[in-house]
Amino acid sequence: MHPNSFIYRAFRLYYDGFRSMTLGRTLWLVIAVKVFIIFFVLKLFFFPNFLRQHTEKGGEAEFVATELNKRAAPTLGGE
Amino acid sequence: MITVASLITLLQTALPVEGEQGGGLFTAIDWARAQFALTAIYHWLFVPLTLGLGLIMAIMETKYYRTGDLFWRRTAQFWQRLFGINFAMGVATGIILEFEFGTNWSNYSWFVGDIFGAPLAIEGIVAFFMESTFVAVMYFGWEKVSRGFHLASTWLTWLGATISAWWILVANAWMQHPVGCDFNPDTMRNEMTSFLDVALSPFAVGKFCHTVTSAWIVGAVFCVAVCSWYLLKKRETKLALESIKIGAATGLLATILAAATGHKSAQDVAAMQPMKLAAMEALYDGGTGQGLKLIEGIEVPYALSFMATNDFNGFVPGINDLLRGYTREDGTVEPSAKEKMERGRQAIADLAAYRKAKAEGADEETLSSQLSSLNSNLPYFGYGFIKDEAELVPPVAVNFWAFRVMVGFGSLFVLFFVVLLAAIYRFPKALWKDHDIASLPAWHYWLAILLLPCAYITSESGWLVAEFGRQPWTIQDMLPVGASISNIGSSAVATTFWLFLVLFTVLLAVEINIMLKQIKKGSLTPDPSPKGEGSSFQ
Repeated sequence: MHPNSFIYRAFRLYYDGFRSMTLGRTLWLVIAVKVFIIFFVLKLFFFPNFLRQHTEKGGEAEFVATELNKRAAPTLGGE
Repeated sequence: MITVASLITLLQTALPVEGEQGGGLFTAIDWARAQFALTAIYHWLFVPLTLGLGLIMAIMETKYYRTGDLFWRRTAQFWQRLFGINFAMGVATGIILEFEFGTNWSNYSWFVGDIFGAPLAIEGIVAFFMESTFVAVMYFGWEKVSRGFHLASTWLTWLGATISAWWILVANAWMQHPVGCDFNPDTMRNEMTSFLDVALSPFAVGKFCHTVTSAWIVGAVFCVAVCSWYLLKKRETKLALESIKIGAATGLLATILAAATGHKSAQDVAAMQPMKLAAMEALYDGGTGQGLKLIEGIEVPYALSFMATNDFNGFVPGINDLLRGYTREDGTVEPSAKEKMERGRQAIADLAAYRKAKAEGADEETLSSQLSSLNSNLPYFGYGFIKDEAELVPPVAVNFWAFRVMVGFGSLFVLFFVVLLAAIYRFPKALWKDHDIASLPAWHYWLAILLLPCAYITSESGWLVAEFGRQPWTIQDMLPVGASISNIGSSAVATTFWLFLVLFTVLLAVEINIMLKQIKKGSLTPDPSPKGEGSSFQ
């Protein structure tokens, strides 16, 4: 690859930049730990997709319709 | 897996929560709302500084570009370093909100996901392509790209963050004032009919302008606070004296724009969310020529009417007017809460009847008749879930005081920046002849430093007004929180609430620690050598 090509210069921008980081290393470590906790701990163990867990694909509309119907307030005339 | 499961069980048994979704000390709704609020408040600690400090660092680099003075390059790099710390800490904190939609708010997610998902997706794409691309050039490209391209990258980093904010605020504005959609009873989804109506909703435009200008205030106060600390310690004096000029000027412009856009936002709220305005003012019985309360018992005559309607004698409905129903000045009638609740119940019953009839293969005439009844009551669909009209009143005390904190400190910031600029430029000369901003008594600098947490509190208070004032609605008039939430147990939500509290506290402590260390280090960046070395991170 020619050293004056755009792709090579873009590569060197990132390569040299990441290699010369000091404070940036600490920040990237924090980002990595945070992203790992968010996606591989929180999302996996604590935030499942509720509808996917409780319905089959294509059944979401009926599920939500049933849920909303259950939560409707009783008619005012009957109170 | 076993360890994590054991920990979850331990936390659930140790937590003082009782009951499931419908009862107990704190219900699932309470925990889910608290969790969302905690996540949003935490996320909003980072976003304003990204938007505000981003603007200031771009101005600093523009000074370098125009003058070629290496002092401005070092100064820009210093503020970019602080920007980077805040940016890194804030990255991905907003993603958790989307997780919460899918787990805790599944009815809401399905009901409005077709509309809500689009701006969130665009926000992610814009953030990825703009911010992440140009932030790399900003930090790594000092000796690799031309000064002009580097300056453009810095401005585009800020612009990328600002455009991201646009799309998030479009989504939030849609929750406050849903437009550009039609409800499909077959899919149980609100489907977008006009992207432009959603993206350019007047509510969204007003909210964006006010939110972004208020973020500039946070950036300006941060800049001034850091400069004040340096002046107090008699360090980095030139950087502090030059930066404080830019911080103060940006701050004054931002506070004036925030006040003007806040006025517009108040008018939008008066038109589209009158109950929120009534709660903000603790106004129970409305009328014409309404005064704006400073605190209970002290008010500015006619100011509320002017704020809401641009007319000193404009009618502003109170909480009781909105519950009882009233006739507007133009002759149209605002129905009572009871009527809205009746029509809402009818809409829900019509929807159930339509879906049942369709599943049973009813003829087109029957379905059409049921759809017609549904559509006529659809504007009040959300009211069909309300059991007591008292639920329609947002928390008045929270709204009242949060609004006053926001406007009170906002007014103080105007005064602060005017006085600061006067001190910097010694205007008028006679008043400032014996004072030098570089050698004021210590308490002056401490006052500026202490205004920094006040700026954050002010910014968060604005969101408290926006979101508490929206209650009980997740989507105004369309879906209340009780219907939006998943059918989940409260203990599961409570567990993640406490997890977040611990996680966020640790991350916040880490950020503050790193930030303070870098501020103490000062602008270390040496001038570039003849060989052209010099990264912004040293």
